[in-house]
Amino acid sequence: MAERTVGGKTTGAATERKSVYRYGYRHSPDQDAGAPVRRPVVVVGAGPVGLAAAIDLGRRGIPVVLIDDADRIGEGSRGICWAKRTLEIFDRLGVGEKLVAQGVTWKLGKLYHGDELVFSFDLQPEAGHKMPAFINLQQFYVEAALVERAEEIEAVEIRWKNRLTGIEQHNDHVRLTIDTPDGPYVLDADWLIAADGARSTARDLLGLSFSGVTFEDKFLIADIRMAADFPTERRFWFDPSFHAGQSALMHRQPDNIWRIDLQLGPDADVAEEQKPERVTARLKRMLGDRPFELEWVSIYRFNCRRLDRFVHGRVLFVGDAAHQVSPFGARGANSGIQDAENLAWKLAAVIKGEAGAALIATYETERIQAADENIAHSTRSTDFIAPHSEAERDLRDAVLALAGQAEFARRMINSGRLSVATVYDSSLVVPDEDAFAGPARLGAPLPDAPVRRRDGRDGFLLETLGDGFTLLAMDGEAPVAPPAGIALAAIGDEVRDVAGVVAARLDATPGAVYLLRPDQHLCGRWRQFDAGKVAAARDRVLAAGAGLS
Amino acid sequence: MAKLVSQSRFADPDAAFLALVEARRGLSREQAAALDTRLVLILANHIGDLDVLGEAIALAKASGPAPAL
Repeated sequence: MAERTVGGKTTGAATERKSVYRYGYRHSPDQDAGAPVRRPVVVVGAGPVGLAAAIDLGRRGIPVVLIDDADRIGEGSRGICWAKRTLEIFDRLGVGEKLVAQGVTWKLGKLYHGDELVFSFDLQPEAGHKMPAFINLQQFYVEAALVERAEEIEAVEIRWKNRLTGIEQHNDHVRLTIDTPDGPYVLDADWLIAADGARSTARDLLGLSFSGVTFEDKFLIADIRMAADFPTERRFWFDPSFHAGQSALMHRQPDNIWRIDLQLGPDADVAEEQKPERVTARLKRMLGDRPFELEWVSIYRFNCRRLDRFVHGRVLFVGDAAHQVSPFGARGANSGIQDAENLAWKLAAVIKGEAGAALIATYETERIQAADENIAHSTRSTDFIAPHSEAERDLRDAVLALAGQAEFARRMINSGRLSVATVYDSSLVVPDEDAFAGPARLGAPLPDAPVRRRDGRDGFLLETLGDGFTLLAMDGEAPVAPPAGIALAAIGDEVRDVAGVVAARLDATPGAVYLLRPDQHLCGRWRQFDAGKVAAARDRVLAAGAGLS
Repeated sequence: MAKLVSQSRFADPDAAFLALVEARRGLSREQAAALDTRLVLILANHIGDLDVLGEAIALAKASGPAPAL
């Protein structure tokens, strides 16, 4: 394939996938050490999830070695839809604004049955959030931005062309064997974060397997380059005339790239269907005479499955290495980033001795809850899109047939319930003792809201929160002095709730206080500040609920 | 929790049965099955109670012939 330039970096010819960004292998002194060097954290896999974990840990002052078997970021048909909560995490990590500016912002979804529009939905019907419901952006751009960010952080060291080949589990560390262009070396790590994707080497080395389902239907996924003025919406068709009896999905990406998914049914011939002339013919039926070029084509069967446990001694699984879903709902990469965020602050607290190792177990409980939610939604969507039998298809078709005339049927159409943050139902929250209404929920990320600085600058609520525990306090009569180790974000003088949206979304009254975990999830709230209660709530999190109920 | 009512609720059960018969008169078995499927969805939504729906499904399954394996 031809060389081309993307984002200012020269690409090289590659055998399978064109590389978009290329980085250099560097020999590490660790490779020459007489005895294995010991590192607090090694992350395997420089995809978006591994990079996010490394950046988050590095920002918390934890030295991280991030290894990857490649030395490049390849293009190709992978994650494109980044959800609001993921963008809020990226914003905290320092790349959110850049990615939103680079991506295509969208919030409208449209559903067609045949060629008729039957339903449209708005994923962000209210204003006053810094981040949009979704952006579409090629995964390689996200990875490149995260690599750039990671390189700014002294505590993070990326080692390209370092391939994990062995894991030996010990009581308080793991011993890793890593292959490089200069030969193998051994590295010890207190903790290994396995972010090495769906075909995880770490998972294989530990002999772990998945539980779940594989769907029989095959799907053609294509990225095409095309100048078109189609709207910036997610468009999904059931049984369109251009692809009868099957479904189709279309998404806009930057650079005039469009993502198209075409369902092919269970009997499709994978080799045959990947031939460019065959793909082009299918796409022409969809797109008419509009010229386009194929950028990338693949055939997938989807899995909805996960590991039984995400924590295996000192090895912590995140992202696709831990769980996989079908793409309907954009729950793959988004849930991986949310895994990384959930794990990073907990692991940092354990390494710094602020929390007991039991806190790591709550990574597993909270993110297994999230994985099960994502798998359930993704399985239901895939069942609706690709029914298992003629009898099930009849029921699905009856829903579609009714949709034009009955609202209830439109609500049953499931082309993917799009990713939203999980509300953690864990021991880390203090149940409300005062009544609260409004959209803010215990265990959920704090809803964003517009605020204004005293100097007149407009901003957002989530920007006022730091990387640690934060007590958000509404201006009241009594002064608020949070216990040691908890930052104060005061709403009133320096940061003002000019539009009243903070008060509305948090059901806030004067003097009300809200305790946020380092990942911005709400873990306690009270109508009046009480230092003892706030400290106890924070301690409950760090003690992982031990001895408290 | 609401319970499924399986005692007769129609003042004139014969008229209710007739309405359903007339709905499928002249249809093939396949067309009737498709009509029934839409009816099931409409009525299930009207009931709007997952527990009642579950009980109704259980009653329907228990009263029909066992599926051939």
